[in-house]
Amino acid sequence: MISVALRKDFPGFRLDVAFAAPTPGVVALFGPSGAGKSSIVAGIAGLLRPDAGRVEVDGAVLSDAVPVERRRLGLVFQDARLFPHMNVATNLRYGLRRAPAGEIGFDAVAGLLGLDRLLDRRPHSLSGGERQRVAIGRALLSQPRLLLLDEPLASLDAARKAEILPYLLRLKTALKLPIIYVTHALDEVFALADTLVLLESGRVVAAGPVAELSSRADLPLAARDDAASVFDAEIAEHHPARRLSKLRAGALELWVPLVAAPIGQIMRVRIPAREIILATEAPSAISLHNIIPGVVRAIHEDPVRHAALVEIDAGAALLARVTPDAVARLGLRPGGKVLALVKSMAVDVRGDAP
Amino acid sequence: MLTSSELEALLLTLTVAARAVAFGLPLAIAMAWILARGRFPGRTLLDALVHLPMVLPPVVVGWLLLLVFGVRGPIGAWLQNWFSVRLVFTAQGAALACAVMAFPLMVRAVRLSLEAVDPGLEEAARTLGAGAWDRFATITLPLAAPGVVVGAIIGFAACLGEFGAVITFAANIPGQTQTLPLAIYAALQSPGGEDVAARLSLVSIGLALIGLLAADVIGRRLRARIGR
Repeated sequence: MISVALRKDFPGFRLDVAFAAPTPGVVALFGPSGAGKSSIVAGIAGLLRPDAGRVEVDGAVLSDAVPVERRRLGLVFQDARLFPHMNVATNLRYGLRRAPAGEIGFDAVAGLLGLDRLLDRRPHSLSGGERQRVAIGRALLSQPRLLLLDEPLASLDAARKAEILPYLLRLKTALKLPIIYVTHALDEVFALADTLVLLESGRVVAAGPVAELSSRADLPLAARDDAASVFDAEIAEHHPARRLSKLRAGALELWVPLVAAPIGQIMRVRIPAREIILATEAPSAISLHNIIPGVVRAIHEDPVRHAALVEIDAGAALLARVTPDAVARLGLRPGGKVLALVKSMAVDVRGDAP
Repeated sequence: MLTSSELEALLLTLTVAARAVAFGLPLAIAMAWILARGRFPGRTLLDALVHLPMVLPPVVVGWLLLLVFGVRGPIGAWLQNWFSVRLVFTAQGAALACAVMAFPLMVRAVRLSLEAVDPGLEEAARTLGAGAWDRFATITLPLAAPGVVVGAIIGFAACLGEFGAVITFAANIPGQTQTLPLAIYAALQSPGGEDVAARLSLVSIGLALIGLLAADVIGRRLRARIGR
Protein backbone atom coordinates (compact mmCIF):
# COMPACT_ATOMS: atom_id res chain seq x y z
CA MET A 1 0.00 0.00 0.00
CA ILE A 2 1.25 3.46 -0.92
CA SER A 3 -0.37 6.43 0.72
CA VAL A 4 0.59 9.99 -0.02
CA ALA A 5 -0.71 13.21 1.50
CA LEU A 6 1.09 16.44 0.69
CA ARG A 7 0.29 20.09 1.11
CA LYS A 8 2.47 22.99 0.10
CA ASP A 9 1.77 26.64 -0.66
CA PHE A 10 3.72 28.09 -3.54
CA PRO A 11 3.32 31.75 -4.56
CA GLY A 12 0.04 31.71 -6.45
CA PHE A 13 -0.37 27.96 -6.34
CA ARG A 14 -1.45 25.52 -3.69
CA LEU A 15 -0.65 21.84 -3.84
CA ASP A 16 -2.98 19.83 -1.68
CA VAL A 17 -3.26 16.16 -2.60
CA ALA A 18 -3.96 12.84 -0.98
CA PHE A 19 -4.24 9.43 -2.56
CA ALA A 20 -3.62 5.78 -1.81
CA ALA A 21 -2.99 2.80 -4.02
CA PRO A 22 -2.40 -0.93 -3.60
CA THR A 23 1.09 -2.39 -4.12
CA PRO A 24 2.62 -3.75 -6.21
CA GLY A 25 1.23 -1.91 -9.19
CA VAL A 26 1.68 1.19 -11.28
CA VAL A 27 0.14 4.42 -10.05
CA ALA A 28 -0.14 7.01 -12.81
CA LEU A 29 -0.21 10.69 -11.86
CA PHE A 30 -1.96 12.21 -14.82
CA GLY A 31 -2.80 15.82 -15.54
CA PRO A 32 -1.89 18.85 -17.62
CA SER A 33 1.36 20.78 -17.17
CA GLY A 34 1.24 22.79 -13.97
CA ALA A 35 -1.10 20.35 -12.25
CA GLY A 36 1.57 19.66 -9.64
CA LYS A 37 2.68 16.22 -10.79
CA SER A 38 6.42 16.82 -10.55
CA SER A 39 6.01 18.62 -7.22
CA ILE A 40 4.31 15.53 -5.83
CA VAL A 41 7.21 13.36 -6.98
CA ALA A 42 9.72 15.81 -5.48
CA GLY A 43 7.71 15.80 -2.26
CA ILE A 44 7.68 12.00 -2.08
CA ALA A 45 11.42 11.85 -2.82
CA GLY A 46 12.13 14.46 -0.18
CA LEU A 47 13.60 16.95 -2.64
CA LEU A 48 10.76 19.33 -1.85
CA ARG A 49 9.81 20.00 1.74
CA PRO A 50 6.01 20.09 2.10
CA ASP A 51 4.24 22.36 4.58
CA ALA A 52 2.45 19.27 5.80
CA GLY A 53 2.49 15.76 4.57
CA ARG A 54 2.84 12.09 5.09
CA VAL A 55 4.23 9.48 2.75
CA GLU A 56 3.96 5.79 3.48
CA VAL A 57 5.25 2.97 1.32
CA ASP A 58 4.46 -0.58 2.41
CA GLY A 59 4.56 0.32 6.07
CA ALA A 60 7.65 2.54 5.93
CA VAL A 61 6.76 6.09 6.92
CA LEU A 62 8.92 8.70 5.17
CA SER A 63 8.63 11.79 7.33
CA ASP A 64 10.43 15.07 6.70
CA ALA A 65 13.14 13.83 9.04
CA VAL A 66 14.21 11.13 6.59
CA PRO A 67 16.75 12.73 4.24
CA VAL A 68 16.57 12.10 0.50
CA GLU A 69 19.58 9.80 0.50
CA ARG A 70 18.04 7.47 3.05
CA ARG A 71 14.54 7.19 1.59
CA ARG A 72 15.50 4.44 -0.84
CA LEU A 73 13.22 5.67 -3.58
CA GLY A 74 14.40 5.16 -7.15
CA LEU A 75 13.78 8.43 -8.96
CA VAL A 76 14.06 8.65 -12.74
CA PHE A 77 14.10 12.23 -14.01
CA GLN A 78 12.78 13.44 -17.34
CA ASP A 79 16.34 14.28 -18.42
CA ALA A 80 17.99 10.98 -17.30
CA ARG A 81 20.78 12.79 -15.37
CA LEU A 82 23.43 10.19 -16.02
CA PHE A 83 26.84 11.04 -14.59
CA PRO A 84 28.88 12.21 -17.60
CA HIS A 85 32.27 11.22 -16.16
CA MET A 86 31.29 7.57 -15.66
CA ASN A 87 30.51 4.89 -18.21
CA VAL A 88 27.18 3.08 -18.25
CA ALA A 89 28.29 0.24 -15.96
CA THR A 90 29.64 2.65 -13.33
CA ASN A 91 26.48 4.71 -13.55
CA LEU A 92 24.40 1.58 -13.00
CA ARG A 93 26.49 0.55 -9.99
CA TYR A 94 26.38 3.99 -8.34
CA GLY A 95 23.18 3.30 -6.43
CA LEU A 96 23.86 -0.42 -6.09
CA ARG A 97 27.11 0.19 -4.18
CA ARG A 98 25.35 2.47 -1.72
CA ALA A 99 22.27 0.30 -1.15
CA PRO A 100 21.80 -2.55 1.30
CA ALA A 101 22.00 -5.94 -0.41
CA GLY A 102 18.74 -6.56 -2.24
CA GLU A 103 17.03 -8.84 -4.71
CA ILE A 104 17.56 -6.76 -7.82
CA GLY A 105 20.76 -7.96 -9.47
CA PHE A 106 23.01 -6.22 -11.96
CA ASP A 107 22.76 -8.87 -14.66
CA ALA A 108 19.00 -9.15 -14.30
CA VAL A 109 18.52 -5.41 -14.74
CA ALA A 110 20.97 -5.21 -17.63
CA GLY A 111 19.06 -8.04 -19.32
CA LEU A 112 15.63 -6.66 -18.54
CA LEU A 113 16.44 -3.25 -19.99
CA GLY A 114 18.67 -4.43 -22.82
CA LEU A 115 21.77 -2.69 -21.49
CA ASP A 116 24.33 -5.47 -22.00
CA ARG A 117 25.90 -3.93 -25.07
CA LEU A 118 25.97 -0.43 -23.66
CA LEU A 119 27.98 -1.06 -20.49
CA ASP A 120 31.27 0.42 -21.72
CA ARG A 121 29.71 3.42 -23.41
CA ARG A 122 29.77 7.00 -22.11
CA PRO A 123 26.44 8.76 -21.52
CA HIS A 124 27.05 11.41 -24.18
CA SER A 125 27.35 8.72 -26.84
CA LEU A 126 23.92 7.23 -26.03
CA SER A 127 20.61 8.02 -27.70
CA GLY A 128 17.86 9.62 -25.64
CA GLY A 129 16.03 6.32 -25.30
CA GLU A 130 19.17 4.46 -24.23
CA ARG A 131 19.98 7.12 -21.65
CA GLN A 132 16.52 6.80 -20.17
CA ARG A 133 16.86 3.00 -19.97
CA VAL A 134 20.19 3.36 -18.17
CA ALA A 135 18.62 5.87 -15.77
CA ILE A 136 15.81 3.42 -15.03
CA GLY A 137 18.33 0.62 -14.48
CA ARG A 138 20.43 2.79 -12.19
CA ALA A 139 17.36 3.63 -10.10
CA LEU A 140 16.28 -0.02 -9.94
CA LEU A 141 19.71 -1.18 -8.77
CA SER A 142 19.58 1.17 -5.80
CA GLN A 143 17.11 -1.43 -4.44
CA PRO A 144 14.27 1.08 -4.00
CA ARG A 145 11.06 0.41 -2.09
CA LEU A 146 9.29 2.47 -4.75
CA LEU A 147 10.21 3.55 -8.25
CA LEU A 148 9.31 7.13 -9.16
CA LEU A 149 9.26 7.87 -12.88
CA ASP A 150 8.86 11.58 -13.61
CA GLU A 151 7.72 11.84 -17.24
CA PRO A 152 10.47 9.48 -18.37
CA LEU A 153 9.29 9.52 -21.97
CA ALA A 154 8.39 13.20 -22.29
CA SER A 155 11.66 14.28 -23.88
CA LEU A 156 11.63 11.45 -26.44
CA ASP A 157 10.12 11.31 -29.90
CA ALA A 158 7.37 8.84 -30.78
CA ALA A 159 9.77 6.19 -32.08
CA ARG A 160 11.91 6.28 -28.91
CA LYS A 161 8.77 6.13 -26.76
CA ALA A 162 7.64 3.04 -28.58
CA GLU A 163 11.09 1.59 -27.96
CA ILE A 164 10.95 2.10 -24.17
CA LEU A 165 7.32 1.30 -23.41
CA PRO A 166 7.80 -2.50 -23.77
CA TYR A 167 10.71 -2.31 -21.30
CA LEU A 168 8.49 -0.53 -18.80
CA LEU A 169 5.83 -3.21 -19.25
CA ARG A 170 8.41 -5.92 -18.61
CA LEU A 171 9.56 -4.06 -15.54
CA LYS A 172 6.04 -3.97 -14.24
CA THR A 173 5.53 -7.70 -14.52
CA ALA A 174 9.07 -8.92 -13.79
CA LEU A 175 9.66 -6.97 -10.58
CA LYS A 176 7.05 -6.78 -7.90
CA LEU A 177 7.95 -3.17 -7.29
CA PRO A 178 5.48 -0.37 -6.72
CA ILE A 179 5.84 2.33 -9.35
CA ILE A 180 4.60 5.91 -9.43
CA TYR A 181 4.51 7.09 -13.01
CA VAL A 182 4.07 10.75 -13.90
CA THR A 183 2.83 11.57 -17.36
CA HIS A 184 0.65 13.86 -19.40
CA ALA A 185 0.23 11.25 -22.15
CA LEU A 186 -2.97 9.24 -21.82
CA ASP A 187 -1.71 6.38 -23.98
CA GLU A 188 1.08 5.74 -21.44
CA VAL A 189 -1.49 5.67 -18.63
CA PHE A 190 -3.66 3.21 -20.52
CA ALA A 191 -0.71 0.99 -21.33
CA LEU A 192 0.87 0.84 -17.87
CA ALA A 193 -1.27 2.07 -15.01
CA ASP A 194 -3.27 0.04 -12.51
CA THR A 195 -4.27 3.01 -10.40
CA LEU A 196 -4.94 6.43 -11.86
CA VAL A 197 -4.69 9.72 -9.98
CA LEU A 198 -6.20 12.57 -12.01
CA LEU A 199 -4.70 15.92 -11.11
CA GLU A 200 -5.69 19.44 -11.94
CA SER A 201 -4.19 22.68 -10.58
CA GLY A 202 -2.77 21.09 -7.45
CA ARG A 203 -5.79 18.98 -6.53
CA VAL A 204 -6.84 15.37 -6.99
CA VAL A 205 -9.86 15.32 -9.28
CA ALA A 206 -10.33 11.57 -8.96
CA ALA A 207 -8.28 8.58 -7.91
CA GLY A 208 -8.96 4.88 -8.32
CA PRO A 209 -8.42 1.81 -10.49
CA VAL A 210 -7.76 2.80 -14.08
CA ALA A 211 -10.56 0.44 -15.26
CA GLU A 212 -13.00 2.41 -13.17
CA LEU A 213 -11.88 5.96 -13.94
CA SER A 214 -11.29 5.48 -17.66
CA SER A 215 -14.96 4.71 -18.26
CA ARG A 216 -16.44 7.35 -15.97
CA ALA A 217 -18.65 9.67 -18.05
CA ASP A 218 -18.38 12.60 -15.64
CA LEU A 219 -14.57 13.02 -15.57
CA PRO A 220 -12.57 15.34 -17.82
CA LEU A 221 -10.97 12.20 -19.31
CA ALA A 222 -14.25 11.29 -21.00
CA ALA A 223 -14.34 14.59 -22.88
CA ARG A 224 -10.97 13.89 -24.52
CA ASP A 225 -10.81 12.75 -28.11
CA ASP A 226 -8.86 9.64 -27.05
CA ALA A 227 -11.30 8.71 -24.27
CA ALA A 228 -11.52 4.93 -23.92
CA SER A 229 -12.50 2.15 -21.57
CA VAL A 230 -9.45 0.31 -20.31
CA PHE A 231 -9.48 -2.93 -18.39
CA ASP A 232 -7.57 -6.18 -17.96
CA ALA A 233 -8.95 -9.33 -19.55
CA GLU A 234 -7.87 -12.95 -19.55
CA ILE A 235 -7.38 -14.90 -22.75
CA ALA A 236 -10.14 -17.53 -22.59
CA GLU A 237 -10.06 -19.27 -25.99
CA HIS A 238 -8.10 -19.28 -29.20
CA HIS A 239 -9.81 -20.14 -32.50
CA PRO A 240 -6.94 -20.30 -34.98
CA ALA A 241 -9.18 -21.42 -37.86
CA ARG A 242 -11.39 -18.36 -37.45
CA ARG A 243 -8.36 -16.27 -36.54
CA LEU A 244 -10.10 -15.05 -33.40
CA SER A 245 -9.41 -15.09 -29.69
CA LYS A 246 -11.95 -14.72 -26.92
CA LEU A 247 -11.10 -12.53 -23.94
CA ARG A 248 -12.93 -12.52 -20.65
CA ALA A 249 -13.17 -9.78 -18.05
CA GLY A 250 -15.68 -10.66 -15.36
CA ALA A 251 -18.97 -11.34 -17.12
CA LEU A 252 -17.83 -9.57 -20.26
CA GLU A 253 -16.70 -11.62 -23.24
CA LEU A 254 -14.92 -10.06 -26.15
CA TRP A 255 -13.93 -11.46 -29.55
CA VAL A 256 -10.75 -9.98 -30.95
CA PRO A 257 -8.32 -10.85 -33.76
CA LEU A 258 -6.07 -13.77 -32.79
CA VAL A 259 -3.76 -12.79 -29.92
CA ALA A 260 -0.22 -14.20 -29.81
CA ALA A 261 -0.23 -15.09 -26.13
CA PRO A 262 -1.12 -18.26 -24.21
CA ILE A 263 -4.55 -18.97 -22.75
CA GLY A 264 -4.86 -17.62 -19.24
CA GLN A 265 -2.60 -14.65 -19.87
CA ILE A 266 -3.87 -11.27 -18.69
CA MET A 267 -3.99 -8.65 -21.41
CA ARG A 268 -4.63 -4.90 -21.28
CA VAL A 269 -7.69 -4.04 -23.39
CA ARG A 270 -8.57 -0.57 -24.65
CA ILE A 271 -11.81 0.25 -26.45
CA PRO A 272 -12.05 3.83 -27.74
CA ALA A 273 -15.33 5.46 -26.66
CA ARG A 274 -16.09 6.70 -30.17
CA GLU A 275 -15.85 3.13 -31.59
CA ILE A 276 -18.76 1.75 -29.55
CA ILE A 277 -22.20 1.64 -31.15
CA LEU A 278 -25.26 1.42 -28.92
CA ALA A 279 -28.44 -0.47 -29.76
CA THR A 280 -31.56 -1.70 -28.02
CA GLU A 281 -32.13 -4.61 -30.38
CA ALA A 282 -29.47 -7.00 -31.65
CA PRO A 283 -28.82 -6.49 -35.35
CA SER A 284 -28.57 -9.59 -37.53
CA ALA A 285 -26.50 -10.28 -40.63
CA ILE A 286 -23.72 -8.01 -39.52
CA SER A 287 -19.95 -8.37 -39.53
CA LEU A 288 -19.87 -7.56 -35.84
CA HIS A 289 -18.73 -10.18 -33.31
CA ASN A 290 -19.30 -8.37 -30.06
CA ILE A 291 -22.86 -7.60 -29.02
CA ILE A 292 -22.49 -6.97 -25.32
CA PRO A 293 -25.55 -6.62 -23.10
CA GLY A 294 -25.28 -4.09 -20.31
CA VAL A 295 -27.04 -1.56 -18.14
CA VAL A 296 -26.68 2.20 -18.53
CA ARG A 297 -25.03 3.62 -15.45
CA ALA A 298 -24.84 7.30 -16.32
CA ILE A 299 -25.24 9.67 -19.26
CA HIS A 300 -23.33 12.94 -19.54
CA GLU A 301 -23.62 15.57 -22.22
CA ASP A 302 -20.49 17.04 -23.75
CA PRO A 303 -21.78 20.39 -25.05
CA VAL A 304 -18.54 21.30 -26.85
CA ARG A 305 -18.56 18.19 -29.00
CA HIS A 306 -22.35 17.86 -29.20
CA ALA A 307 -21.89 14.36 -27.85
CA ALA A 308 -23.36 12.19 -25.15
CA LEU A 309 -21.10 10.03 -22.98
CA VAL A 310 -22.77 6.84 -21.90
CA GLU A 311 -21.31 4.78 -19.09
CA ILE A 312 -22.36 1.14 -19.26
CA ASP A 313 -22.00 -1.70 -16.82
CA ALA A 314 -21.41 -4.76 -18.98
CA GLY A 315 -19.46 -6.94 -16.59
CA ALA A 316 -16.62 -4.54 -17.14
CA ALA A 317 -17.31 -0.84 -17.39
CA LEU A 318 -17.61 0.57 -20.91
CA LEU A 319 -17.74 4.15 -22.11
CA ALA A 320 -19.50 5.03 -25.35
CA ARG A 321 -19.58 8.39 -27.11
CA VAL A 322 -22.66 8.78 -29.28
CA THR A 323 -24.85 11.67 -30.38
CA PRO A 324 -27.44 13.08 -27.97
CA ASP A 325 -29.94 12.37 -30.75
CA ALA A 326 -29.12 8.65 -30.59
CA VAL A 327 -29.64 8.68 -26.83
CA ALA A 328 -33.07 10.23 -27.35
CA ARG A 329 -34.09 7.88 -30.20
CA LEU A 330 -33.12 4.76 -28.25
CA GLY A 331 -34.69 6.16 -25.10
CA LEU A 332 -31.55 5.48 -23.07
CA ARG A 333 -31.65 6.36 -19.38
CA PRO A 334 -29.68 5.32 -16.32
CA GLY A 335 -30.77 1.84 -15.22
CA GLY A 336 -32.07 0.92 -18.67
CA LYS A 337 -30.85 -2.01 -20.73
CA VAL A 338 -28.59 -1.44 -23.72
CA LEU A 339 -26.43 -3.40 -26.15
CA ALA A 340 -22.87 -2.23 -26.78
CA LEU A 341 -21.67 -3.15 -30.27
CA VAL A 342 -17.91 -3.37 -30.49
CA LYS A 343 -15.98 -4.12 -33.67
CA SER A 344 -13.23 -6.68 -33.02
CA MET A 345 -10.89 -4.56 -35.06
CA ALA A 346 -11.52 -1.53 -32.84
CA VAL A 347 -10.26 -3.30 -29.72
CA ASP A 348 -6.65 -2.59 -28.82
CA VAL A 349 -5.12 -5.58 -27.01
CA ARG A 350 -1.73 -5.24 -25.36
CA GLY A 351 0.27 -7.46 -23.13
CA ASP A 352 3.68 -7.91 -21.74
CA ALA A 353 6.03 -9.00 -24.52
CA PRO A 354 6.46 -12.77 -24.14
CA MET B 1 74.14 27.23 -18.89
CA LEU B 2 73.03 28.12 -15.39
CA THR B 3 75.50 28.50 -12.56
CA SER B 4 74.95 26.55 -9.37
CA SER B 5 73.49 29.55 -7.55
CA GLU B 6 71.12 30.21 -10.44
CA LEU B 7 70.08 26.57 -10.45
CA GLU B 8 69.54 26.85 -6.74
CA ALA B 9 67.22 29.80 -7.28
CA LEU B 10 65.30 27.84 -9.92
CA LEU B 11 64.87 24.76 -7.70
CA LEU B 12 63.90 26.92 -4.75
CA THR B 13 61.29 28.69 -6.86
CA LEU B 14 59.78 25.39 -7.99
CA THR B 15 59.72 24.08 -4.41
CA VAL B 16 58.14 27.24 -3.06
CA ALA B 17 55.49 27.24 -5.79
CA ALA B 18 54.72 23.53 -5.27
CA ARG B 19 54.33 24.04 -1.54
CA ALA B 20 52.14 27.08 -2.06
CA VAL B 21 49.80 25.15 -4.37
CA ALA B 22 49.76 22.03 -2.20
CA PHE B 23 48.79 24.13 0.78
CA GLY B 24 46.57 26.67 -0.95
CA LEU B 25 44.59 24.53 -3.43
CA PRO B 26 42.51 22.51 -0.92
CA LEU B 27 41.60 25.74 0.84
CA ALA B 28 40.83 27.33 -2.52
CA ILE B 29 38.50 24.43 -3.37
CA ALA B 30 36.71 24.78 -0.05
CA MET B 31 36.43 28.55 -0.48
CA ALA B 32 35.23 28.18 -4.09
CA TRP B 33 32.54 25.73 -2.95
CA ILE B 34 31.37 28.09 -0.21
CA LEU B 35 31.22 31.00 -2.65
CA ALA B 36 29.57 28.96 -5.42
CA ARG B 37 26.95 27.14 -3.36
CA GLY B 38 26.64 28.99 -0.06
CA ARG B 39 23.71 31.33 0.49
CA PHE B 40 24.49 33.30 3.62
CA PRO B 41 24.71 36.96 4.59
CA GLY B 42 28.19 38.35 4.07
CA ARG B 43 28.96 36.20 1.05
CA THR B 44 29.69 39.26 -1.06
CA LEU B 45 32.07 40.58 1.60
CA LEU B 46 33.84 37.22 1.79
CA ASP B 47 34.09 37.20 -2.00
CA ALA B 48 35.70 40.66 -1.90
CA LEU B 49 38.14 39.62 0.84
CA VAL B 50 39.24 36.60 -1.18
CA HIS B 51 39.92 38.79 -4.18
CA LEU B 52 41.74 41.47 -2.19
CA PRO B 53 45.29 40.18 -2.89
CA MET B 54 44.57 40.58 -6.61
CA VAL B 55 43.98 44.30 -6.34
CA LEU B 56 46.16 45.28 -3.36
CA PRO B 57 49.79 46.22 -3.94
CA PRO B 58 51.75 43.01 -3.19
CA VAL B 59 53.92 44.96 -0.74
CA VAL B 60 50.82 45.65 1.33
CA VAL B 61 49.97 41.94 1.37
CA GLY B 62 53.54 41.18 2.46
CA TRP B 63 53.36 43.75 5.20
CA LEU B 64 49.96 42.42 6.42
CA LEU B 65 51.48 38.95 6.51
CA LEU B 66 54.32 40.33 8.63
CA LEU B 67 51.77 41.78 11.03
CA VAL B 68 49.88 38.50 11.37
CA PHE B 69 52.55 35.84 10.87
CA GLY B 70 55.56 37.84 12.06
CA VAL B 71 57.39 36.69 15.17
CA ARG B 72 55.27 39.06 17.22
CA GLY B 73 52.10 38.67 15.17
CA PRO B 74 49.20 36.74 16.74
CA ILE B 75 49.58 33.61 14.61
CA GLY B 76 53.34 33.95 14.14
CA ALA B 77 53.97 34.07 17.89
CA TRP B 78 51.69 31.10 18.44
CA LEU B 79 53.48 29.01 15.78
CA GLN B 80 56.84 30.03 17.27
CA ASN B 81 55.84 29.13 20.84
CA TRP B 82 54.08 25.86 20.18
CA PHE B 83 55.79 24.42 17.14
CA SER B 84 59.01 26.45 16.98
CA VAL B 85 58.03 27.26 13.44
CA ARG B 86 59.18 30.57 12.08
CA LEU B 87 57.73 31.76 8.80
CA VAL B 88 59.38 35.14 8.39
CA PHE B 89 62.54 35.03 6.28
CA THR B 90 62.14 31.32 5.47
CA ALA B 91 61.23 29.28 2.39
CA GLN B 92 57.94 28.31 4.12
CA GLY B 93 57.25 31.99 4.52
CA ALA B 94 57.90 32.56 0.84
CA ALA B 95 55.46 29.73 0.06
CA LEU B 96 52.84 31.30 2.35
CA ALA B 97 53.22 34.68 0.66
CA CYS B 98 52.92 33.03 -2.76
CA ALA B 99 49.88 31.02 -1.68
CA VAL B 100 48.07 34.11 -0.44
CA MET B 101 48.81 35.97 -3.67
CA ALA B 102 47.77 33.04 -5.89
CA PHE B 103 44.71 32.21 -3.78
CA PRO B 104 42.20 34.40 -5.67
CA LEU B 105 43.34 32.99 -9.00
CA MET B 106 42.87 29.42 -7.78
CA VAL B 107 39.48 30.19 -6.20
CA ARG B 108 38.28 31.81 -9.42
CA ALA B 109 39.24 28.89 -11.63
CA VAL B 110 37.72 26.28 -9.30
CA ARG B 111 34.60 28.32 -8.71
CA LEU B 112 33.81 28.75 -12.40
CA SER B 113 34.12 25.02 -12.81
CA LEU B 114 31.97 24.26 -9.76
CA GLU B 115 29.26 26.59 -10.98
CA ALA B 116 29.18 24.71 -14.27
CA VAL B 117 28.36 21.43 -12.47
CA ASP B 118 24.65 20.65 -12.92
CA PRO B 119 23.07 20.53 -9.44
CA GLY B 120 20.59 18.07 -10.94
CA LEU B 121 23.37 15.48 -11.06
CA GLU B 122 24.06 15.96 -7.36
CA GLU B 123 20.35 15.62 -6.74
CA ALA B 124 20.34 12.37 -8.71
CA ALA B 125 23.31 11.08 -6.68
CA ARG B 126 21.38 11.98 -3.55
CA THR B 127 18.35 9.92 -4.53
CA LEU B 128 20.77 7.05 -5.18
CA GLY B 129 21.87 7.12 -1.55
CA ALA B 130 24.94 9.36 -1.61
CA GLY B 131 25.46 11.64 1.41
CA ALA B 132 26.95 15.13 1.23
CA TRP B 133 30.68 14.23 1.29
CA ASP B 134 30.08 11.24 -0.95
CA ARG B 135 28.36 13.45 -3.53
CA PHE B 136 31.14 16.00 -3.37
CA ALA B 137 33.87 13.41 -3.80
CA THR B 138 32.22 11.31 -6.52
CA ILE B 139 30.20 13.82 -8.52
CA THR B 140 30.99 17.47 -7.84
CA LEU B 141 34.78 17.34 -7.60
CA PRO B 142 35.38 15.02 -10.59
CA LEU B 143 33.10 17.18 -12.72
CA ALA B 144 34.93 20.30 -11.55
CA ALA B 145 38.33 18.66 -12.13
CA PRO B 146 39.19 20.78 -15.19
CA GLY B 147 38.88 23.92 -13.10
CA VAL B 148 40.84 22.41 -10.22
CA VAL B 149 43.73 21.40 -12.47
CA VAL B 150 43.73 24.68 -14.33
CA GLY B 151 43.58 26.53 -11.00
CA ALA B 152 46.55 24.55 -9.73
CA ILE B 153 48.63 25.29 -12.83
CA ILE B 154 47.71 28.99 -12.95
CA GLY B 155 48.41 29.24 -9.22
CA PHE B 156 51.76 27.51 -9.67
CA ALA B 157 52.69 29.84 -12.53
CA ALA B 158 51.68 32.89 -10.52
CA CYS B 159 53.86 31.73 -7.61
CA LEU B 160 56.86 31.47 -9.91
CA GLY B 161 56.54 35.20 -10.59
CA GLU B 162 55.54 36.53 -7.19
CA PHE B 163 57.83 39.34 -6.09
CA GLY B 164 56.46 42.03 -3.80
CA ALA B 165 54.81 39.91 -1.15
CA VAL B 166 57.73 37.48 -0.99
CA ILE B 167 60.45 40.11 -0.66
CA THR B 168 58.46 41.99 1.98
CA PHE B 169 57.53 38.99 4.09
CA ALA B 170 60.40 36.55 3.47
CA ALA B 171 63.17 38.94 2.36
CA ASN B 172 65.76 38.23 -0.30
CA ILE B 173 68.06 35.54 1.12
CA PRO B 174 69.92 33.52 -1.52
CA GLY B 175 69.26 29.80 -1.16
CA GLN B 176 66.41 30.37 1.30
CA THR B 177 63.91 32.86 0.00
CA GLN B 178 65.52 34.17 -3.16
CA THR B 179 63.16 32.91 -5.86
CA LEU B 180 63.69 33.64 -9.57
CA PRO B 181 62.18 37.13 -9.66
CA LEU B 182 64.13 38.10 -6.55
CA ALA B 183 67.32 36.70 -8.03
CA ILE B 184 66.71 38.67 -11.24
CA TYR B 185 66.13 41.80 -9.20
CA ALA B 186 69.32 41.21 -7.19
CA ALA B 187 71.31 40.57 -10.36
CA LEU B 188 70.12 43.81 -11.89
CA GLN B 189 71.18 45.66 -8.74
CA SER B 190 74.77 44.40 -8.97
CA PRO B 191 77.18 45.72 -11.60
CA GLY B 192 77.59 43.39 -14.59
CA GLY B 193 74.59 41.29 -13.60
CA GLU B 194 72.73 41.73 -16.89
CA ASP B 195 73.80 38.33 -18.21
CA VAL B 196 72.51 36.56 -15.12
CA ALA B 197 69.27 38.53 -15.26
CA ALA B 198 68.82 37.68 -18.94
CA ARG B 199 69.36 33.96 -18.39
CA LEU B 200 66.99 33.82 -15.43
CA SER B 201 64.43 35.87 -17.32
CA LEU B 202 64.52 33.36 -20.18
CA VAL B 203 63.96 30.56 -17.68
CA SER B 204 61.01 32.47 -16.22
CA ILE B 205 59.49 33.00 -19.65
CA GLY B 206 59.92 29.30 -20.45
CA LEU B 207 58.28 28.19 -17.20
CA ALA B 208 55.38 30.56 -17.64
CA LEU B 209 54.77 29.39 -21.19
CA ILE B 210 54.91 25.73 -20.20
CA GLY B 211 52.44 26.44 -17.40
CA LEU B 212 49.94 28.21 -19.62
CA LEU B 213 50.13 25.60 -22.37
CA ALA B 214 49.80 22.77 -19.87
CA ALA B 215 46.73 24.41 -18.33
CA ASP B 216 45.11 24.67 -21.74
CA VAL B 217 45.91 21.14 -22.92
CA ILE B 218 45.05 19.38 -19.66
CA GLY B 219 41.89 21.43 -19.24
CA ARG B 220 40.71 20.45 -22.70
CA ARG B 221 41.49 16.76 -22.14
CA LEU B 222 39.60 16.68 -18.87
CA ARG B 223 36.61 18.46 -20.31
CA ALA B 224 36.47 15.89 -23.10
CA ARG B 225 36.59 13.12 -20.49
CA ILE B 226 33.53 14.40 -18.72
CA GLY B 227 31.75 14.83 -22.01
CA ARG B 228 31.66 18.59 -22.38
